[in-house]
Amino acid sequence: MIEFEHVAKHYPDGTVAVRDFSLTVPSHRCVVLLGSSGSGKTTLLRMVNRMVDPTGGRVLIDDADVRDSDPVALRRSIGYVLQSGGLLPHRTVADNVATVPLLTGATRRAARSRALELLGRVGLDESLAQRYPAQLSGGQQQRVGVARALAADPNILLMDEPFGAVDPLVRRELQDELLRLQSDLGKTILFVTHDVDEAFRLGDEVIVLRPQAEIAQRGTSVEILAQPADDFVRGFIGADRGRRSLRLATSGGRQVAVDLEGHAVGILE
Amino acid sequence: MSLLSEAWAWLAVEGRWSGPAGIPARTAQHLAVTGVAVLLGAVVAVPAGILVGHARRGAGWVAALMGGARAVPSLGLLTLFGLWLGIGVEAPLLTLAVLAVPSLLAGVYSGFLAIDEAIPQAARAVGLSPGQVVVLVELPLALPVIVGGLRAATLQVVATATLAAYTSDYGLGRYLFAGLKTRDYAQMLAGSLIVIALALALELLLAALQRAARRVADPAHTSDPSGRRPSRKDHP
Amino acid sequence: MTWLTGNWPQVLELLVGHLVLTVPAVGLSVLLALPLGRLAWRLPRVGGPLLAAATLLYAVPALPLLIVIPVLIGTPLRSSATMIAALTVYGVALLVRSVVDGFGAVDRGVRDAAVAVGHSPTGMLWRVDLPLALPVILAGVRVVTVSTVGLVTIGALIGVPSLGSLLTDGFQRGIVAEVVTGVVVTVALALILDAALVLAGKALTPWAARRARGPVVVSR
Repeated sequence: MIEFEHVAKHYPDGTVAVRDFSLTVPSHRCVVLLGSSGSGKTTLLRMVNRMVDPTGGRVLIDDADVRDSDPVALRRSIGYVLQSGGLLPHRTVADNVATVPLLTGATRRAARSRALELLGRVGLDESLAQRYPAQLSGGQQQRVGVARALAADPNILLMDEPFGAVDPLVRRELQDELLRLQSDLGKTILFVTHDVDEAFRLGDEVIVLRPQAEIAQRGTSVEILAQPADDFVRGFIGADRGRRSLRLATSGGRQVAVDLEGHAVGILE
Repeated sequence: MSLLSEAWAWLAVEGRWSGPAGIPARTAQHLAVTGVAVLLGAVVAVPAGILVGHARRGAGWVAALMGGARAVPSLGLLTLFGLWLGIGVEAPLLTLAVLAVPSLLAGVYSGFLAIDEAIPQAARAVGLSPGQVVVLVELPLALPVIVGGLRAATLQVVATATLAAYTSDYGLGRYLFAGLKTRDYAQMLAGSLIVIALALALELLLAALQRAARRVADPAHTSDPSGRRPSRKDHP
Repeated sequence: MTWLTGNWPQVLELLVGHLVLTVPAVGLSVLLALPLGRLAWRLPRVGGPLLAAATLLYAVPALPLLIVIPVLIGTPLRSSATMIAALTVYGVALLVRSVVDGFGAVDRGVRDAAVAVGHSPTGMLWRVDLPLALPVILAGVRVVTVSTVGLVTIGALIGVPSLGSLLTDGFQRGIVAEVVTGVVVTVALALILDAALVLAGKALTPWAARRARGPVVVSR
């Protein structure tokens, strides 16, 4: 369980990244922070593993203030995935996945077999293990990033727009993979994105953020779609432009769902 | 530190600052030989640099030339040309001109290459002739890097010009070699300090010139402000 | 050629003397430039003036520097110590910039990710920053090595023996073959050391070579 208690982040130059933010991320759930750039969502994420220390309030993991733990040890105990994987370009895929086990003193042999196992788990062939990151496609790099985050078997996964740099088809594939992994592993996931569809697809709960990490609305995707809290949320999720409103049309005896502009989006079974 | 005060005393001797063997005359010689050599080098290097830079080809050749030139000892060129041309000013002048070429050429060439390829293409597309593209577009944009090349070349030449006195009676290096021969440390130290001061003054002047060139090429200050220049060091 | 056949033991001896001046100077330059460059990169407020000073030092002509150095550090004029000190000044002045550039070229996202997975500050230096900065630093070391080989010849003017002695001796005695030998052997030495560094760089940065060659495999 991750708790944010009235956290704030003010920078010396007067910039306010986070004004006053409180949230509880329950264990084994995936909570998505949804906001555009400048909403402070990445800052919030980085407070959890102490890449950023809040200037006010505190962050608790399982009731312990993260500030009481050594940042390096803390980071090794938390999985972190970021855009385009953030892989070390000078290490092979296997060594990248084994980064944390090797840092924490696992034997090379143990770390390596664990890495191969994880590659399988994220849907990558073992034959890729000896390649360097630059020799993989964007989607493959992202999978390696997820495998690396899982290597130390952390309870918590932090994901910072992890699928932002890949094309829509691959993004969809990776989202499916994450959902499958999550149903197997049941990690506590804090996921940051600006992509509304991604947030609705992955989040057990979605937090819509205004600038300075002010919560505009929180709830399940159904709740947010059904009752947008205000015009900001309506605008952000596209409800005001009719993108989220569907009606039924009939064609050839089948019922087709179309949006308000008449574009088909699906079939009613 | 007593050596320093001896050098100071040497500088203060009467007559040191006038006459054909005086410090001002030798400084003028030193600067003249530097200026003429850089000019001679530029006559070769600038057109060549414009040709390869405008064509955006020959990167391998320029890199090989720079690498090879860096490996040639300037003292070697100086002594070779000295044996060939005798003890006049011709041998050092030729050496220095040859030494100036790689830095100047690389400056023009990399200046042209650093320009976003779309810009000369757009200039051609709106109807500029190749010559107009070079003069109106590429040269002004490449100017900071070209001046950077000039800076590197000039510093190398002014430094190597010190060695000119080894094969001919020319420039400030004379004090160093005269001091070395007669074991007059005060004289060579004083001479060294004058040469160093001259080099640093030129360096600061050319750095200022490069900043001015940067203002011409990039009035909105959009690019990286760090003062880059093609690096090369084998000057004495 | 006939000059060389009669004098090759002397050339060999001078070649060794040349190396004995070059190698320590380059080594010292690297050892000094790494911490200085790291400092300049981490603290731009120190780095700015440091790099400006390096640029100025680099502008100091070599022969005058050789004459000034004994006054500053008390070494005899005609000594390898004076020679190595002067060469190191140039090496450091040039390499500090390469080290700063090298660290600066490390991708921010990669550094962030490395911190996030739990590299300690020392771990960052040795496992992430240094290996990734290596290609740029090595390019600087190559330039320094080649120019140092050339600069060593200047020492012959103050009486420190090296391949440069072939240039001064040949000039004074009017033996063109001796001067040509000096130039050719100096250039050859520079190019051989440069090639050795290129090979060492390839061995140390296998990821860079494979990136150029390796095919991108589409996900299965």
